Amino acid sequence: MTTTTTELTESSPADGAPAPGARPRKRSGGGGLGSYLLIRFLLIFPTIFILVTTVFFLMRSTGDPITAALGGRLPADQLAERIREAGYDRPLIAQYLSYLGDVLRGDFGTTLSDRRPVTQVLTTFGAATFELAVYALIVAFVVGIPLGMAAAYFRDKAPDAVLRVFAILCYATPVFFAGLLLKLVFAVWLDWLPVAGRASTGAEIQLQTLDHPTNIYLVDALQTGDGEIISDVLKHAVLPAVALGLLTAGIFLRLVRTNVIGTLGAGYVEAARSRGVGESRLLRKHAYRPALIPIITVIGLQIAVLLGGAVLTETTFEWKGLGFQLAQYLTARDFVAVQGIVAMLAVIVAVTNFIVDVIAALIDPRVRY
Amino acid sequence: MATGTPTPARRRSWRTLPVVRQVRQSIGLQRGMLVAGLVLTAVFVLAAVFAPLLAPYEFGQLRDGDGPFGAQQSPSADHLLGTTVGGYDVLSRVIWGTRTALFVIVVAVLLSIVAGVLLGLVSGYFGGWLDRVLVVVCDAVYAFPALLLAIVVAIVISGGQSSLVGGVLAAAISITVVFIPQYFRVVRAETVRIKSEAFVESARVIGASNWRIMVRHVLRNATRTLPLILTLNASEAILTLAGLGFLGFGIQPTAAAEWGYDLKQSLSDVTSGIWWTSIFPGVAIVLTVLGLTLVGESLNDLADPRLRSRRAVGAVPPPAGTVEPGGAVVATDEVVA
Repeated sequence: MTTTTTELTESSPADGAPAPGARPRKRSGGGGLGSYLLIRFLLIFPTIFILVTTVFFLMRSTGDPITAALGGRLPADQLAERIREAGYDRPLIAQYLSYLGDVLRGDFGTTLSDRRPVTQVLTTFGAATFELAVYALIVAFVVGIPLGMAAAYFRDKAPDAVLRVFAILCYATPVFFAGLLLKLVFAVWLDWLPVAGRASTGAEIQLQTLDHPTNIYLVDALQTGDGEIISDVLKHAVLPAVALGLLTAGIFLRLVRTNVIGTLGAGYVEAARSRGVGESRLLRKHAYRPALIPIITVIGLQIAVLLGGAVLTETTFEWKGLGFQLAQYLTARDFVAVQGIVAMLAVIVAVTNFIVDVIAALIDPRVRY
Repeated sequence: MATGTPTPARRRSWRTLPVVRQVRQSIGLQRGMLVAGLVLTAVFVLAAVFAPLLAPYEFGQLRDGDGPFGAQQSPSADHLLGTTVGGYDVLSRVIWGTRTALFVIVVAVLLSIVAGVLLGLVSGYFGGWLDRVLVVVCDAVYAFPALLLAIVVAIVISGGQSSLVGGVLAAAISITVVFIPQYFRVVRAETVRIKSEAFVESARVIGASNWRIMVRHVLRNATRTLPLILTLNASEAILTLAGLGFLGFGIQPTAAAEWGYDLKQSLSDVTSGIWWTSIFPGVAIVLTVLGLTLVGESLNDLADPRLRSRRAVGAVPPPAGTVEPGGAVVATDEVVA
């Protein structure tokens, strides 16, 4: 080899085996975990920087946001005045540098349509999205993992076929169509569950008057201690949670199935069986447990999927969270708000991915290299 | 796959075509899933090609000789699947929608393959700082919600309003930006692996140029897994297009039929129990994505020896090699698990 191979060894799971000519990886005796976590932590910053920069230049390449939002509705001189006021007449690079400075101070801009700091939009509506995402993850775990185990156990038999088609249907169905179907069947035809919203009007008013509302409605409802409000809040959550959760459930099902098939064929399972370990213990301790570790890694990527899906689910069910709000700003062509929310979500995704990677590294030593 | 008998080269050739080979290789359930996927995909493509013949009306048609269609008409002989809130014929829009979807898939997949493969090849082959930067950038983009990125790109391209070509291109390019990292990662990883193989070294020794080595020796060997990503990405492209349409970045109803837009319009119908405006475009999306995913997943499983279903012991074993008339043993090219 004439060229020196400079492998970037962090963070790309798709990488094949490193080239033989590559420098041998440093083996840092006891500090393996520490240095891995440090590198992983430092990687957050370029990730955020790249996304924020990309979004900034993409959004500015269409012109300034004020013309986009108000062009045609204001006379030209007033428009120019507003543009100058907001500093959009400065050179792009100057705008970029001051934007980066703002972001570093935690200021993601102020929306044009309702003049709110974007960070305030996050604190107001973030809790609702968080609540929805947690419910969806619960649905995904409860549905995806046991069914995946069952599919692997019945590999290539009828139950496996049914479960695999179910898994594919789960992610072949757009979340908003799944939402529409659930609404149609359970809210309109059967009339079992509410059509939309996070709580009925009466309950919502009571929740708003709490002393310390968390805006996570279930927590707030528990604070009131009123059984009816609790059940009202839970009823509203069922359909959105299922619509969003099934998407991830399909991915979990498939992943668990593949991994359990892998572990069932592994040498140590064979060895345990030949030692006379009982079949149920064999499945539980030897086949299922190691197959679940990759789930943790996948959750990292699923957070991005859940956030994207939340925008659609919240719009479908008028679940007033960050995604619903983003769709509102899109309709209002308030691109400052859109840019701010997207940039802030980039930070959230980067940080949660880091946390998930830390958990994965603590559980599975192989991740740390 | 060695054909058992001495067959002329051209007869053997169709059996070794990528998908045909996998159908022959698969058995039982796996073959069923692959064939079902291929059938659904074929129906989708045929519907797109023959849309003008199949659809009873134009996608933007609101009236015929007897006057306006009327809004939210339930399914009848005139309108087999009813009409939408905007007064369009649902069946026609579902059929015409296949064209929009196919067009977006083709443009998006072609663009992202060209860009992703090129970047991956150059990045993996030359390495250095460019490689590091590209890997970090692609990882950042890959980890980000695809739909949000697509929204930003759609704003850039069409400013949120779309004509036919503008809208379709906006959707296709937004999807491309999201997919480039996926092709990039796969091709780069393969390139890094292949460039240390002996045959690349040999080519270098005899003085082949970098470009020639990249194209003839590395690229040809690095594209093994592309068909898998391709089918899976095609299905993701439809979902992203529909998602954009649902959020209002779709194509105007007079410019083309787009399922996501129709579903957005049907959102309020559902509450009043009108089911035909949402069910049919939704089912069209599900079936198309289902078909593509079944194909992609079957190909994926067949390429992975751990997941490939095997013929039960006792069933006719595949010949390990066959004797050509000349007496030479020809090994099967089937990977033995």
